[in-house]
Amino acid sequence: MSDLFRLSIKEASEGLMSGSFKPTELLDSVVKRIKTVEPNINAFITKTLDTAREEAKKSDQRYETKRILSVLDGVPVAIKDVFCTEGVKTTAASKILENFIPSYDATVIKKLKDAGAIIVGKVNTDEFTMGSSTENSAFGVTHNPWDLSRVPGGSSGGSAAAVSADECLFALGTDTGGSIRQPSSFCSVTGLKVTYGLISRNGVISYASSFDTIGPIAKSAADVALILNVIAGNDPMDSTTVRSNLPDYSSFLNKKIKGKKIGVPKEFFGQGIDPEVNKIIENSLETLKSLGAEVEETSLPSTDLAIAMYYIIAKSEASSNLARYDGIRYGKSEIENLESKVNNLIELYFSNRTLGFGDEAKRSIMMGTHTLSSGYHDAYYKKASQIRTLVKKEYEEAFRKYYALITPVSPFPAFKIGEKIDDPLTMYLADANTVPINPAGIPAMSVPAGFTKENLPVGMQIIGPHFGEGQIIEVADAFQEATDFHKKKPNL
Amino acid sequence: MLNVAQLARIELNKLEQKKFADQLGAVLSNFELLNKINTTNIEVTSQVAGLSNIFRKDEIKNPVGEKIRDDLLSNCPQVEDGSIKVPEVFDFGGKK
Repeated sequence: MSDLFRLSIKEASEGLMSGSFKPTELLDSVVKRIKTVEPNINAFITKTLDTAREEAKKSDQRYETKRILSVLDGVPVAIKDVFCTEGVKTTAASKILENFIPSYDATVIKKLKDAGAIIVGKVNTDEFTMGSSTENSAFGVTHNPWDLSRVPGGSSGGSAAAVSADECLFALGTDTGGSIRQPSSFCSVTGLKVTYGLISRNGVISYASSFDTIGPIAKSAADVALILNVIAGNDPMDSTTVRSNLPDYSSFLNKKIKGKKIGVPKEFFGQGIDPEVNKIIENSLETLKSLGAEVEETSLPSTDLAIAMYYIIAKSEASSNLARYDGIRYGKSEIENLESKVNNLIELYFSNRTLGFGDEAKRSIMMGTHTLSSGYHDAYYKKASQIRTLVKKEYEEAFRKYYALITPVSPFPAFKIGEKIDDPLTMYLADANTVPINPAGIPAMSVPAGFTKENLPVGMQIIGPHFGEGQIIEVADAFQEATDFHKKKPNL
Repeated sequence: MLNVAQLARIELNKLEQKKFADQLGAVLSNFELLNKINTTNIEVTSQVAGLSNIFRKDEIKNPVGEKIRDDLLSNCPQVEDGSIKVPEVFDFGGKK
């Protein structure tokens, strides 16, 4: 009973339903775990353990009176610190929002609360979700639970590390170019980037609005299905959300994948990939073959263009989105410190933005300002938007033939803290396997696939067609039934 | 570089000007890769939701009132009489 924090959602729900333990006991176990491991991990920016305790007591009563709200009732969850939470600080890991307290809940937060989930806190990210290591946070780095000298990946590094270290049963992250999948791969957890429009973005701080998605990071594909059932669907407050009815995602569990055609795009196995990662993904493909899947090589020739295309569009959209942060209506302002120096409004904008934003945010804003500026717009933004069409079409073609595509999530396992932080181009190039998916708008999951000789996790990326989350869950669940990589835990 | 920073309302010191110019220069030259591709007659993709013209009734749904106003204003660095206070928009050379 002392190790309740280790449970998956499915296991916890069974225990809660049968009365083996109560939501407050589950929470106590998770809180104890947070106290033990958090000094080494630093996943949280803000903990909300007092409110969590009150909510867990209410959940206790619901289980006693058999008025359970959902399978997530009483289940502790951590939230990436870019989701607005009413009355709880939401910083986007930026100094410019260090004191920002939203007056409302993001739609998905409301859905989780209505489902009875217990929020234990807000977790670390790269500033405004821009980064691949969580080092671009104004609130310190998060450490990878598998090797504390390494990054957890990013930008949802706090979410992935918290799930991996059992500081929560699941977490929410966001994925604009790999920000759920890459940290999931680095921390050996299961993370899903959904189809653009499946989950409401209302109340979530934007990076690149045409790529941004919300998704779960959990301990198994089965748990991902349970979470998706709660948070997916239309929201009148986000006009890009899906209009049609969605399936019960748990209906894709415990299926046979015999005869399913799986494509392996060769462009993802080129130079620059760590041989150990290559080997682990090859072994995973063998596992899928042994389950009866038909695996064959295919090609997505535009993959090499994806990085440049992605970063032009992402940074252009980012510069527009970050224009709203000026420290006037909310956020950090220098007005009090510098009153004698600030003579007018424009000087205040300069002070607030210069002191409020970190380096990667500044780079993004300046890059986007450049690529959108008059005279450069066609050469950069329009060109990239045309290449986006090519990339998107290649995936549409591929899914006429294949049930799913499989690639490595990252060309290498988690790198050392500080190793790449001064070289943004190298950091961008490391996202080669994850960024093509967001411009295409399709879903993809990171699934634990093995470990290197140094015991660093490696993730397999399962890509599906538009609104093909069910198919991905089906393949991932079959893989997890046949393997136990997702059950391995770091030594903490 | 300075022009872009000016447009973005960000101040850069000498060291930062050099650092960011080098870093952004490297990234922008990587973008040159796209120029090799002929994109004549290829449509642009600006969104992938496959939806268009989603309308809703123009009606107030959220509660209005002093609480929501106070919540919103509580985030403002400077407030006076229930309004957001900012320095003057035009600088007439007067001393603050």
